[in-house]
Formats: sequence, structure tokens, C-alpha cells
Amino acid sequence: MKPARFDYIRAGDLAEAHHALAEFGNDARLIAGGQTLMPMLSMRLVRPQVVVDIMHLPALRGIETTGNAIRIGAGVRQAELLAWPKLAEQLPLLKAALPWVGHAQTRSRGTVCGSAAHADPSAEIPLCLLALDATIELSSRRGRRRVAAAEFFTGMMTTARAENELIEAVHIPARQTGTGYAFNEFGRRHGDFAIVACAAIVTAANVRLAVGGVADRPALRDFGALDGKALDDALDVFAWTLDARDDLHATARYRRELVRQMGRETIEEARRWHA
Amino acid sequence: MSSVANSPPWCGQSVERVEDAALLTGRGRFIDDLPTRPGTLHAAILRSPHAHARLTAVRTDAARALPGVAAVLAGADIQKLSSSLVVGVKAKVECWPIATDRVRYVGEPVAVVVAASRYLAEDAIDLIEVDYEPLPAIVDPVAALDPAAPVLHEGLTSNLASERTFRYGEPEQAFADAAHRVAVTIRYPRNSCTPMETYGLVAEYDAGEDAYDVLANFMGPFSLHAVMARALKVPGNRFRLRTPPDSGGSFGVKQGVFPYVVLMGVAARVTGQPVKWIEDRLEHLAASVSATNRVTTLEAAVDADGRVRALAFDQLEDVGAHIRAPEPATLYRMHGNLTGAYDIRHVSVRNRVALTNKTPTGLNRGFGGPQVYYALERLMQRVAVQLKLDPIDVIRRNLIPSGAFPYRTATGALLDSGDYVKAFEIALEDGSFAALRERQAQARAQGRLYGIGLTAAVEPSVSNMGYITTVLTPDERRKAGPKNGAQATATVSLDPLGGVTVNVASVPQGQGHRTVLAQIVADDLGLKPSDIRVVTDFDSGRDAWSIASGNYSSRFAAAVGGAAKLASGRIKAKLARMAAAQLNVPADDIEFAAGKVRARGNPDNALLFSRLAAASHWSPGLVPEENQALRETAFWSPPELTPPTEHDEINSSLCHGFIFDFCGVEIDRVTGEPRIDKYVTMHDCGTILHPGMVAGQVTGGFAHAVGAALYEEYAYGEDGSFLTGTFADYLVPTAMEIPAPVILHYETPSPFTPLGAKGVGEGNCMSTPVCLANAVADALGLDAIDLPLTPAKLAAHIHGAESTPPQQERAAPPPGKGRALHGAGQAYVDAAPDAVWRMLLDPNTLASIIPGAHGVEKVTDTHFRADVTLGVGPVTGRYKADIRLSDLDAPRAVTLTGVVTGALGDARGTGRITLAPDSSGTQVAYDYDAAIGGKVASIGGRLLDGAARVVIRQFFAALVRHTGGKPAKRGFFARLFGSGA
Repeated sequence: MKPARFDYIRAGDLAEAHHALAEFGNDARLIAGGQTLMPMLSMRLVRPQVVVDIMHLPALRGIETTGNAIRIGAGVRQAELLAWPKLAEQLPLLKAALPWVGHAQTRSRGTVCGSAAHADPSAEIPLCLLALDATIELSSRRGRRRVAAAEFFTGMMTTARAENELIEAVHIPARQTGTGYAFNEFGRRHGDFAIVACAAIVTAANVRLAVGGVADRPALRDFGALDGKALDDALDVFAWTLDARDDLHATARYRRELVRQMGRETIEEARRWHA
Repeated sequence: MSSVANSPPWCGQSVERVEDAALLTGRGRFIDDLPTRPGTLHAAILRSPHAHARLTAVRTDAARALPGVAAVLAGADIQKLSSSLVVGVKAKVECWPIATDRVRYVGEPVAVVVAASRYLAEDAIDLIEVDYEPLPAIVDPVAALDPAAPVLHEGLTSNLASERTFRYGEPEQAFADAAHRVAVTIRYPRNSCTPMETYGLVAEYDAGEDAYDVLANFMGPFSLHAVMARALKVPGNRFRLRTPPDSGGSFGVKQGVFPYVVLMGVAARVTGQPVKWIEDRLEHLAASVSATNRVTTLEAAVDADGRVRALAFDQLEDVGAHIRAPEPATLYRMHGNLTGAYDIRHVSVRNRVALTNKTPTGLNRGFGGPQVYYALERLMQRVAVQLKLDPIDVIRRNLIPSGAFPYRTATGALLDSGDYVKAFEIALEDGSFAALRERQAQARAQGRLYGIGLTAAVEPSVSNMGYITTVLTPDERRKAGPKNGAQATATVSLDPLGGVTVNVASVPQGQGHRTVLAQIVADDLGLKPSDIRVVTDFDSGRDAWSIASGNYSSRFAAAVGGAAKLASGRIKAKLARMAAAQLNVPADDIEFAAGKVRARGNPDNALLFSRLAAASHWSPGLVPEENQALRETAFWSPPELTPPTEHDEINSSLCHGFIFDFCGVEIDRVTGEPRIDKYVTMHDCGTILHPGMVAGQVTGGFAHAVGAALYEEYAYGEDGSFLTGTFADYLVPTAMEIPAPVILHYETPSPFTPLGAKGVGEGNCMSTPVCLANAVADALGLDAIDLPLTPAKLAAHIHGAESTPPQQERAAPPPGKGRALHGAGQAYVDAAPDAVWRMLLDPNTLASIIPGAHGVEKVTDTHFRADVTLGVGPVTGRYKADIRLSDLDAPRAVTLTGVVTGALGDARGTGRITLAPDSSGTQVAYDYDAAIGGKVASIGGRLLDGAARVVIRQFFAALVRHTGGKPAKRGFFARLFGSGA
């Protein structure tokens, strides 16, 4: 379990990282926290020509409040966000979800944007970005663009990021007054990837549920003002649309049932918060 | 009298472990920490991606040519310089440490690369090309015995490697007379104890002396020293085996490093340089050793009051692809105590051993116990349920009565000591069983799913080296000569400053042997534990050892501790005679206390222990002995461990502890997750030498058992692909998942061991899995339940019938077998079937629709080869693709068969494409079956199926695009392949 040979570029600035991506394209891999890339390198699942390290770049550090959104740079570790004093007030859904991300050890190195870039279908951070209508800020030598989370996650471990782009930051709308948030997850062990993860956001006018671990990417549905049995029925339809699959740890039917029952519980928890 | 003289003995106290200062500060000396000689090379192993295949070619030229590579060895190269590992049954089978003509399990070594670094060795592995001719794989032991099943080994006529039947007492009569017959059939799954440190070794060969010197984190039994020496074709004295000072856990598993000792010994001989190999985690999970899986049918003849009169065992053991020594020992380790803690006099046994295309099995904590007790204790619960009795009463009525010890079981074990009934009653009382029943009643009144489980068990320890020969018939045993005993060794020596050193061949992996031996010898010689230095790193060229040496069958406290006490006693007797001469008192009146050797009753008439001990070095004449050496080695083997009798009775172990467990488990109605609410475990492990370590052993065994019961399984697809190749899929519970059990003790010293101690390290691995399963069966009202008790499995009993899918959503395709993927779809193409057909058969078509093709070579009109890059997201690999068209039915249908192979694994699939005219165009429909094996199947886990669908989707989407079509309607692909299409 040793990586194949690769070159390591410690980017001196963002421009150098952009340059490396432009030059090597898909043969380059960015590394920040390394919690996903390092095992993949060691197992030779990925064999890039170059690994471009951006972790230390000052431009990517920091959590900033800009207008009504929180900008989290690509160099921000998950543990850093979890320890951010305003997290509960500004991003209550992430406050609830981040403890479910891996373990304390992996959070202390893994980054928020790295999780978005990897786009694991069970990962909590992409799920929260989708649920909160976050946007992903991408940059390359040619410029900069922002992509809504709903368009960014295009499939299993695939995103709208072009080969020459890097995620510079994610922008997450801050907490809205009159909104309730809740997060729930079921995995086999503490810190495992979710078999089903649910994020609920409830306002006076709408019930929103986003689900991870079931489809090939996080999935979201707005249920308007539905409640009671009508909401259960709508959750049932939602569960069926997710194309759940059997795997070693759970059946498709099990996953659908958790979407129905845990999804409803999560919505009710968000409602209690809202109330 | 000095107050120190009356200080309590060290044994029985939880003294600080001498091992911990180094281990807790990162100063342990494990095999990979130790310096190696300059010029040491590093090995990597190419392993089979197939469960069963003929090896037709192993091309190593490119690997050999890589700079830094010293040697590339395939099966034939190893065979030239070694011989087959000895196999423990009378069958014409060989067992090589590397595949020779075929591969028989995923992970089986196929080639070894020796290079200047492990990185280079792994680079070279990627350059080896192997031609495999896949054969049908046998995964299930029952299926393995089907006469139509492919036979794994040429020397055998079937996959049945051994069959024996046994009869004790009058089982037929007991069944004929029985008021009730109760039976269970269980399938015990595969799992392993996964030590934190994997296998590792450094092998050297001395050409001048034709001798091997291997440093390995091997753990015994050292009967395998003989197996290794014979395989390397040298006398035992030319095979020196050493162990590092520390070894990071084993739990039996590190017995399995021995085939690699042979493999790397040969590699060292070929290269003329030391060869180091450290197993990585992927190798370990796929191919180290597994515990056996077993299919057992167990039936009981039962009286109306629940008293069990007879048992009939039918055990089918799955040892995997080879009968690797000491297997089939797992099946026979419990033979003497098959009746557990119960007084059952009539037993019949049918034991069969099957070979399957899975990793060979070997030692694992509990060794044979989990498999036996899962059947026996599920049966006892079923007796209670079927006879509508309280399970507590069923156990109580069947326990071996007080005062019956030593108790000879029907199958031959001599249960050394105990009072099972009393220990059982104390456990119910001190563990508050009545309160647990109330708690269950309350939970059930609230509609919660709450069950109680019980288990009684006998924990055997200090294995009789002869129990394995029970697999042979009495006649075969007569020819082979008797095998028995459990020879333990210890050496105690005195140095010129009067210090005491103890050397043992117990090969610990963190258990704390050094601490306990210091306690034992300190008590004997009136010293402090810190006065005693204990050396446990082992050298077969220098230390006293025998075939039973090593760290297994919970033999340390009883056997090695006892041998140390005997060796120390001999030193003590000699010193007492020396002191007697100097103190002018009879030797019988000499006592050892407080660092002094003194006259009993006159503590002032004393010598310093260290001064007396040093005398033999400085003034040998003072030692009034013919043998003046103050170094004593004790060999101890208990006389109770006799060979199997003519009637196949076998005292398979020297000591037998008693365990009674009970627990309360609640199951979540939504998730099906079992939660251990309370767990009580009562142990009689004889005299307790170190309470803290006993608690550690019980807790550790319990943790392993929780893993086996709720989380862990080495899973295989029906094609033999290995599905749990990383810790993301082989789920070992962490501290978060393991509650603290309530541990109770009732001590009855063993009369057969010098210290009265028995083993305690494996018991919960035997008792806890079935105790938890009994609780779950009680909670859900299930008749039968197999491990592991996963939430999805349990939820299937809770969730009830599911809603039907809404009309606009199609149900997912039926679940495949193993790693098989199934899919189907169709698309509308705006061209006539003839035109589409021509496009499909155009040789250029494949080039443009195969994802990532780097040029297509046309072999014939219907056979193509291509180099392709396939993958999902960042995980891409280069593969060779071989594609054939067949069953051509122009212009209506064609079958497309593809095989891709590469370093990450292989996939094969078949798709049928049909064309049907539809208004002005064509409906192109297809369905496919695909299977994935090799590395990605082992480590891809939960993402693999989805990733494979992405690749297949790319292929068919390109096909439709190429023929000018569009998906039939929006969302069509989404339902076929996931919402990503």
C-alpha cells in the first residue's frame, strides 16, 4: 500500500496552483487536508502525475461573513469550522452535522471544501451545502465563477468543477430567522459514512428535506406546507425516487424506510426548533 | 517479626505493568521499528484477484527489468527451493505458500517481488502480467460437497477433506426415549480478530551453513517451527526463528505468518540478501487468516422438564482453500467439552471439513468456541421456548452439579474444578437479574423491543497438543505414534550482582506476561517485582522451547506461569541449601522474604538475597551442589493431557473455566439497531494472578465478541470475490460501540496447575456472541438468527410490508448475486433498424463508444481488443478490454460480451441489444449483467456498484448517441442508473 510515483508541488500562491491545474489537468490532484486523497494514493486508486498542495495558502484561510452568507475558504479545516464561535448562531445545520463528519482525528485535518470537492454520496458537508442553497466558488487561470450546490454535485464523486479549476471557497447562507434546522444520520458505527443522512429545514411556508447516502449524490425535496399523512405520503414518494440500492451494509428497502421514518423525525425536530 | 514478611503476595494484586511505560510513550520495539542490516531488500506480493482460476502464464520480464528490482519469484521458483507445508489430515493435498498451478482464493500470493524499497517492489508488481483462466468458485461449504461442484485439489475426489463420526454413551437410545427433540441449524459466519499490527518478518539465509535466520512476529504454536523447517528443507537446528521484543496484538492471527516465513526465506536465499516484508492492511484483511465459518445442526433429546439427555452434532467446517496447519484444529479444539457446562452423557458427532475458495483459516481468539456455543446455547434457548420453560430453569437443571469435580465429560474432557451452580446463582444475584426482568417488562409495556439473553459456557485453556489427532482414526493414530501434552518452559537465572532474570517462550503480544512472571517469581523468592527482569523476545537457537511454546489457547497463566514457578522453586531450593550452611539452620527452616534469605523465626539471622545469589559467580565453592549453575530451566507438561483414547475420548484442554453471561438488548424500531443495555459476565478462571489484567482480558474478549455479534463479517460474493477488504467495510467496533460489561468472579483454583490459575482471555469470544443473539431472538420473537446482527437484517423483521412504488417510478432491478450488476434500458433512435445495425457493426463504433478507449484493435469482425481508461471521478485505472459480438440476428439483436482486466481488478459483462422499428426510427433496448472482481471489489465497498453503473451508463449513452439517438424521455436513464443520468 504505497503510492505510485508522483511529483509534489507546494503552490507558492493561488496563481501557481491555477497554473499547475492548467498544465496538468486531470493528471493533477489538489491536496488540502489529504483525508481522502492520501488513502486513495496509497491504494493506487488514483495515480496523478502531480499533487498540488494548497493547504498553506493564506488566500484560502479564514471564515468570513459577507452580507448574508458565510464564506469558508478552501484551507479551512472541518475542526476549525466546528470550533468557530458563531457557528451555532450563523450555521446551525452545520453545527448539528459536523460532529457526524468522520472522527475528531480526520476533522482536525480534513477541510470543508475538500469534502465538497470529493462529493462522496454519503458525505454530510455536500448534503448541508445542498440543503442550505450554498454556492461553490471556483477559480482557474481563466477566471472565477460560482455554482449553486444543486448544480455542482453531478453524480457519484463527480462535480461541475472543470479540470483546470479549484474550489476556492463555499458560500453558505446564514441562518434565517423563523427557520428551524435539524440533522440526523444513521451509520453502522460512530464516524462511519452515512447509510442515510437527513437534513431538514422548516419555515412557516415550507418543509425541506435533503437526504444523503441513498442516491448517487445528495437529494433534496421541498414539501411546501404539507403535514400529517400527506407529508408521509410525499416522503414515501420521495423515498422511491432516490433509486436506493442494496450494498453490504443495508438493503434498498431499509434505506427507503429510513428516509420515510428518520426523514419525518428530522422534519419534526426542525419544527420543534422553529416553534 | 518484620512487618514486611507479612505483606500480601504480589500475585493477586494489580501491580503496574512493566510493559506500559514503553508502550504508552511510543517506545515499543515492534518488528517494523527494528534496524535492519545494510542491503536489506523489501518484498511485495502480487495476489490473485480471482477466487478460483487456472494460472496459465505469469509474465515477469517487465517487472524484472525495473531498476531496483532484485528478483521476481513465481510459484515454480518457490517450489524449486522448498517443499509443501505439512497438512494435518490424511489426504493427498499439498499446501504451498504461493499459488502454483491455480489460485484458490482472492488474495492468494501469485508472485513475490524483491526490490530496494517497498515502493519499487509495488511498482514492479504493477508490471507483472498474469493470464488467469477463471474456474467456477465454491463459496458455500454445503455447496462445496455437491458432487457436481468443481474439486479444488487434484489429489482429492471431492471437496470433503475429512469426515469422522463419534459416538459417546447411548445417544440413539436417549433420542428414542426423549419426551422432546429440539434442533437448531446455524451458519456461523467468517470473522477475524484483526490485530493492530499486521504480519512482518525479516528473513536471512546463510549459504555457508545452509541455514535460515528469520525474525518474525510469529506467536506460536512452535509445532509450526517443524512445519517451516521441513518446508525450507533444513533440519530444525538450521532454522533459527526469533521474535521482536514487542508484537502489536495477535489473538491467534499471527500464527498465520508462518507460510510467509517460508516464502520470504526462499526469497532471501535467491537474492542472497536479507528480505523484509511487512504485510499491509489490504493484504491482511484479504489473506491473513480467518476464523472458520461453520454450518451446524445440533439436536437435543430433552425430558419434559427441560433436562437435556443427549446431543447430536452435525458440524460442517469451512477451512477455506487449503488445510493449512494446524487446521482442522478449530473443529477439534472443543471436542472434549462439546457438552459445555452441562451434565449430558450421550453425544453423537459428525464432523466434516470442506474446502472452499476462501482464505485459509487459522487461529483466532475463541478458536472453535464461538462456533460450538452459538449452536449449543441457541439450542438451550430453543428448549426453553419450545417447552415453554423459563430459560433460567433450563440452564439450572442442566448444569454439572456442585461437588462433581473433577468431572469427566462424555467426550473425554476432565473439567478440573468449579461450582457452576453456585457461580450461576451468585451471578443472578450480584448481577441483579430480577431487576433486568423488570426492566424488560417495563420496556415491553411501552411497546419497545427488549430481549434478554443467557449463556453458560466452559472456557477451555492450555490445549492438549494431541487433540488435533482426534481427526485421525484410532488406527491412523496408532501408526503415527502418540501426540499429547502441553510442554511449557521457563528459565530463571541469577547474575553476578544477584539479579534475577526470567526467560520464557510465551511470545506475548501486549498481554503483560513480563509483569505477571515478575510477580510470580518475586513471591517465590521474597523479592519485589521490580527486582525481576523478564525477557520474552524469543530465539529458537538459544531459548528453551518445545512444540507447545507460544501464546495461544490461553495457556500463559496456567502453563507458563506455572513453569516459571517451578524453575524459580529449583533456584530457591538450591539457595536455601547454600543459606542453610551459612546460617547454621536446616534448609527447611530457611525463608525468603523482604529481599533476604533468613532463618524462620529469627529474621536477624539473614543474608541479603542478592549477595547469596551472586555467590555462585564469585565463589562457586560456596554452592554445596554438584550442579553449581544458578540457572534453572523447567519443562512442565501436565500428566492429565493424555492422547485420545481408543474410543476417541480426548481431554482436549487442561483447564476449564466457567462462564455465565446474561444481557438485556433493546432494538430500535426505526433503525433496527441493537443496543446493549446491560451485560453481566461471571467468570471462574481459577486463581486470579493480576485482577487488572483479568479485567482487561475479559473486556477485550467482550469487545471482540461484540464485533463478531453485531458488526464483523468477512463477506464474499457468490463468485468468491472478497467484499470486505478495508476497515470501511469490515466493521470493527470502536470504544464508542462497546459498553462496559459488569464483570463478576467466582474462584475455584485448578488442581492441575502450579498456581491454580486457568485461562480467561477467550471466554467472552465464546459466550457473548450467542448471548447477544439470544437476547435479539427474544426481543423479536425469532426462531432462528445468524450473525452478524446487523440493523438492516433485524429491521427486516420490524419494518413489515413496504408501500408499492408510485407508478411513475420503476422499482430498482432485482438485487444481483454477489457482485453481479443487472440493468436494462431503451432509447429511441431517429434512424431505421438497418442503419442502426450497420453502425453497430462498424468497427469504428466501438472505438467511439467505449469510454476512455485508446484505440481499438480489430481481431476479427466480431472480436476487438482495446486499452481503456475507466473510472469514476478521480478513481481511474487503465485496463485491457476484450470485446466480442455474438448471436447476431440482423437487424434485430446482437450480444456484446466484454472482459476488462487491470491492476485495480477485473470486470466481465454481457449485454443483449435489440432493435425494433418504431414509427420512422428504432427503439434500441438493452439489458446487461456484469460482475466485478479483484481489488476494486474488495475495497470499493459501498461505492462500487454505483461507480460501475456510471461506467456502464457511459457506454450505453455513447452507444445511443453514436446511433443518433436520445434517451427515450427525460428521466429515463435516471431510473435505470440512478438520478445522475
